[in-house]
Amino acid sequence: MWVAQHSLAIALALMFLGPVAFVTLTALMTDEQALTSRLWPEQWNWANFADVFARSELLTWTLNTFLYASLATVFMLVSSIPAAYALSRFRFRGRKAAFLVVISAMMLPPQVVAVPIYLVWARLDLTDSLWPLILPMLFGDAFSIFLLRQFLITIPRDYTDAAKVDGCSDARILFRVILPMARPAIAAVALFSFFYCWNDYYGPLLYAGVDQEGWTLSLGLATFKAFHSVQWNLTMAATLLVTAPVIIVFLFAQRVFIEGVTLTGVKG
Amino acid sequence: MMASTHVARRGHALARPSRRRPGEGLRALLWLSPWIAGVTVFFVYPLLSTVYFSFHRYDLFTLEFIGLDNYRYAFSDPRVLQSALNTLWLVVFMVPAQVVFALGVAQLLAKLKSGGGILRTIFYLPSLVPMVAGTVAFVYLLNPATGPVNQLLAWFGIAGPDWFGSAAWAKPTLTLLALWGAGNTIMIFLAALLDVPRHLYEAAAIDGAGAWRQFRSITLPTISPVLMFSAVTGVIYAVQYFTQAMIASRVASGATDSAGTTFTPGYPDGSLLTLPQHLFHTGFRDWSMGLACVHALLLFAVAMLFTLILLRQFGKAEVTS
Repeated sequence: MWVAQHSLAIALALMFLGPVAFVTLTALMTDEQALTSRLWPEQWNWANFADVFARSELLTWTLNTFLYASLATVFMLVSSIPAAYALSRFRFRGRKAAFLVVISAMMLPPQVVAVPIYLVWARLDLTDSLWPLILPMLFGDAFSIFLLRQFLITIPRDYTDAAKVDGCSDARILFRVILPMARPAIAAVALFSFFYCWNDYYGPLLYAGVDQEGWTLSLGLATFKAFHSVQWNLTMAATLLVTAPVIIVFLFAQRVFIEGVTLTGVKG
Repeated sequence: MMASTHVARRGHALARPSRRRPGEGLRALLWLSPWIAGVTVFFVYPLLSTVYFSFHRYDLFTLEFIGLDNYRYAFSDPRVLQSALNTLWLVVFMVPAQVVFALGVAQLLAKLKSGGGILRTIFYLPSLVPMVAGTVAFVYLLNPATGPVNQLLAWFGIAGPDWFGSAAWAKPTLTLLALWGAGNTIMIFLAALLDVPRHLYEAAAIDGAGAWRQFRSITLPTISPVLMFSAVTGVIYAVQYFTQAMIASRVASGATDSAGTTFTPGYPDGSLLTLPQHLFHTGFRDWSMGLACVHALLLFAVAMLFTLILLRQFGKAEVTS
């Protein structure tokens, strides 16, 4: 039984690692070999990675993606924490209804409202930039509000009640009591937001325009194959380069991730 | 022991209700005001506006009222039906496949006595790979001519299918990609499984319940809220499914989406054309924005339908457990 379970687990793990292994091997092949069916590089062509930088706007795309992801995340935190605070700590009429609106906004496919929102940004002359993806984050993000609220309701009222007795204002309670206790949830929500933006393809496809200077990594990688059509090795090298930062961040912030992921699974 | 289980447990200690203080509503309103503005501008207004535009012809320049013409056109457009069926396929096959697979892997990981830590990382990592990167990689790996997968299959004497190049295989192939990226769900299930009280299994074992019986009578009921939550989020995700399908079509067909080229979405044979993609192309490539709004309302109806069905089941599960 023990052996069976372990061999099954290891076999599955190999299948999960397989794609990464073959992508890496291909990324290191020469142009000619990548077109053949030989799987092991006969010559380790490390220059492929440098080639990717030389032949595409990868650096610009990385910078754009980083700006988009970090600005959106900071804006999201500034706007979503107060909303989650109100929804979890204040008793008022319409609180249930407000929470239902959060859930419905979270469930709404973004494509449903795309046309009117696009027209608003077009009127403001902000299409052909990433601002239509960043600025809305100043007004709260439903998924983040939901997750933060789920965490904040678990903080016992005694803490905030004690602070209230001491005459603390709402803002002071938020900054001095709630925020320090909610640090793991905030870190998780921030990471999710950052990764969501980093990986986002639909948003930039809609707004970033045709000029490659304004693209993100997802847009660039999506067209990479078309511009270097026979060079699977370069495409795979680019794929690895786009993936690497995400994996590095994960290895450093593993605990925050796993805690955050399980937080999403907790029922409301 | 994962730190996460503490988070899960804290979830049960709900805040005690306290008496309503005067002015609390106003103060809450103050804290909520940016979000209320956001909901109005990015949720309520565009929803109403979508209904308005659906009765108009609009191409960014001229706006013309045309009554139900967009609706008539959309419902006689075979691609609307095809894309709706494709999206339905994802909900009916991809989501359950992912939930069952993730539950199986999580169950396996929960039973392991050693090596669990590294395996957890291995199963989780692919879910972090950017969607575009993962899809491009899969198109390469499953490329029928030189891709490694079909070569490995050939060593075993199996003639591999055409994967992303075949209308019959394209959606199942995307499902494989979804299973590879199921790490999030696996971790959620694993945390839930580790939270099931051990003594329940011990008691059941004394009563002579086998592994399957224990799974059905103890594991499933205990983790059903988490399963339900994953099903709901899975369906929401499937209804908006866009990126992987679009990238797979594009890279497998070798087409670009830049100016001067025509890209027929959904390659091969429209088998990967999902409803959100059809909407995107109608609205933002053909600039038939009124027609796209009809697609949007259809997408909205599909999303609402599935969410309501699942939430109702969710409600029932809550009552019975």
